[in-house]
Amino acid sequence: MDKVRTQLMLCGGTGCRANRSEMFRETLQGELEKRGLAEEIKIIETGCNGFCAVGPVMLVQPEGIFYQKLTPEIVPHLVEEHFLKGRPVKKLFYVEPASKETIPKMESIPFFAHQMFWVMRNKGVIDPEVIDEYIARDGYFAAAKALREMTPERIIEEVKISGLRGRGGAGFPTGIKWEFARKSPGAVKYVLCNADEGDPGAFMDRSVLEADPHAVLEGMIIAARAIDAHQGYIYVRTEYPLAIRRLEIAIRQAREYGLLGKDILGTGFDFDIDIYQGAGAFVCGEETALMRSIEGKRGMPRPRPPFPAVKGLWEKPTVLNNVETLANIPLIINHGGRWFASVGTEGSKGTKVFALSGDVNNIGLVEVPMGTSLRRLIFDIGGGIPRKKKFKAVQLGGPSGGCVPEQYLDIPVDYEEIAKVGAIMGSGGVIVMDHETCMVDMARFFMDFVQDESCGKCTPCREGTRRLLEILEKICEGRGEPGDLATLEELSHIIKEASLCGLGQTGPNPVLSTLRYFRSEYEAHIFEKRCPAKRCVALLRFEIDPEVCTQCGACFKACPAGAIAWKKKQPARIDKEKCIRCMTCFEKCRFDAIS
Amino acid sequence: MSVPPHPEHPDITPEMWEKIDAVIARHRGVAGSVIAVLRECQQVVGYLPVELIDAVASGLNLPRSDVFGVASFYSLFSLKPKGRNLIKVCMGTACYVKGIKEVITRIEARFQLAPGGTSPDRRFSLEAVRCLGACGLAPVMVVNNDTFGDVKADRVIEVLEPYR
Repeated sequence: MDKVRTQLMLCGGTGCRANRSEMFRETLQGELEKRGLAEEIKIIETGCNGFCAVGPVMLVQPEGIFYQKLTPEIVPHLVEEHFLKGRPVKKLFYVEPASKETIPKMESIPFFAHQMFWVMRNKGVIDPEVIDEYIARDGYFAAAKALREMTPERIIEEVKISGLRGRGGAGFPTGIKWEFARKSPGAVKYVLCNADEGDPGAFMDRSVLEADPHAVLEGMIIAARAIDAHQGYIYVRTEYPLAIRRLEIAIRQAREYGLLGKDILGTGFDFDIDIYQGAGAFVCGEETALMRSIEGKRGMPRPRPPFPAVKGLWEKPTVLNNVETLANIPLIINHGGRWFASVGTEGSKGTKVFALSGDVNNIGLVEVPMGTSLRRLIFDIGGGIPRKKKFKAVQLGGPSGGCVPEQYLDIPVDYEEIAKVGAIMGSGGVIVMDHETCMVDMARFFMDFVQDESCGKCTPCREGTRRLLEILEKICEGRGEPGDLATLEELSHIIKEASLCGLGQTGPNPVLSTLRYFRSEYEAHIFEKRCPAKRCVALLRFEIDPEVCTQCGACFKACPAGAIAWKKKQPARIDKEKCIRCMTCFEKCRFDAIS
Repeated sequence: MSVPPHPEHPDITPEMWEKIDAVIARHRGVAGSVIAVLRECQQVVGYLPVELIDAVASGLNLPRSDVFGVASFYSLFSLKPKGRNLIKVCMGTACYVKGIKEVITRIEARFQLAPGGTSPDRRFSLEAVRCLGACGLAPVMVVNNDTFGDVKADRVIEVLEPYR
């Protein structure tokens, strides 16, 4: 047997790979071999660790030392110091942004310390391309239990007791969904996994698929047993090539182990899974559209009822669950529904994975118990707003969600509480915005997304969202008129009430929520022709205030058009003839002297 | 069923037609396979000329309108030729908040192309894509298979320079 003394859990998620983690791994492997350490120190490439902000990251086990921002250049030093001399390299430790304190161990980093890893139980711990590592962590134990010891009714009962609700956005109770499908008559039924994670700013499903694909397969096997289905599909975005590759490997290995296919674990139960790649259409995240897409048609939603539990894929009873929902299932079967329900709030049980991004220090994936406050999420775990800027709003739930201002940061995050303040839990995208974000421009951004992704089937969504976008563009370009806000509101309500599917029914939410909390910004754009956040180019004058200018010359050096005149000890001046309005000077000026 | 002779097309070589025929043959009779077929055909040719769509339709025994309907619905498929290098700029919220708009403006001005378009010299195609799920790197740009994180407007032209 090899005597491996140290394991290096190197993150191989999309974020770390883009930061050259592959090259780091090759260099490190070479250096370990050169020093004769390759036998006792093994590199294991894991799925997404979650702490994407400081990638590439690596955890040294069993010591628990956490290294960040690794580069191929640092490899010789790292091997020499840590693995030969036993002195961990301090300059690769995590530094807490506020206190500037260096923290060597992963478990002491606030980003990880406040989290609770249920869905992400195996992230960064196992090699996702090796089924044995999943099995060693009690993997497929729940599937065996469900197939051998539990009746379908018992499985459904356990999921109902757990209070698990769909993590894809709508929050429908999973157990009840399964019960409907179980009771629907029909010999052929399907289990689908929705991995068409389309909400901008949400990447937890990608991460789960990359880090722990077998958890999703296991959840699907249990669901199949519960409703008596024999074929499953995973509908995954084509934009996630690494997730697709890991799933393919996982399915192949599960088949080899007799965990998929005919007569699973000798129980006589048959079930197999195929991957279906999407082709880039946001609306395919909607359940009926997703099923049309698997059938090879334009992915357009249809009215419900009949619900998919009655007539779904190929008109057969179908259960569609999101990736994160399915990854929860093995836990519920292993530990019981009551155990699962002990965490969370009255109406929302278990944990939720949030994708924290935008203007926040610790960008990454965060798993916390339901009911955790936004403030804890953004400030304790997220480390607050970078560059000492001020918090302005947080956007929850993607294009279907809304912006939440500072006064509501202490509400507990669960399905009901979030809805009360005008946002939705959605898939769990949390995008933090600092005071330099223009809320009218954000509403315009989301509406541009919604109108572009509207499938065009129903008129309120197809035409209405386009009209909303036109009005918002007009306001951002300084052509807003006094009646515009009333029109925005009226039109939004009509679209919400009259649209066919969730896309149109929730699409106007970003407009309504920004109007609710940031109406004064809209008014500044319309009546004063001014963008308070200085983001809407058409409303900027491109003038430097000589009183505020510190004569530092930063704008002069950065201007790509040579439009700024500046000499030492003189305030800078912009030549409007030459200015190309590219905003570089705004970014460079640290004194807010340009307007 | 006899396969009609392939029409001549400047962008589709006889070898490409061979591969296309193989793709179609592999999926013939499999319900719902048209999206997979179009994906693989686009990988062969680079985009989907109308002659190719016709070949897929007759090969899978589907109405041309159905195949065209699918090809025009999904953003993965392109009915127009692409440039030698494909720039994908992420239009996810995190990238937007962190200034991808300014990055796009800079690319547009330098290479004379708008999102969805190709530069006159066919050097670059620019695509504004949906969230790439790499929000930790925002703003993100992908050129061919290379991902660039934290792309700033004043650096982007420099990053693109090596791609000819």
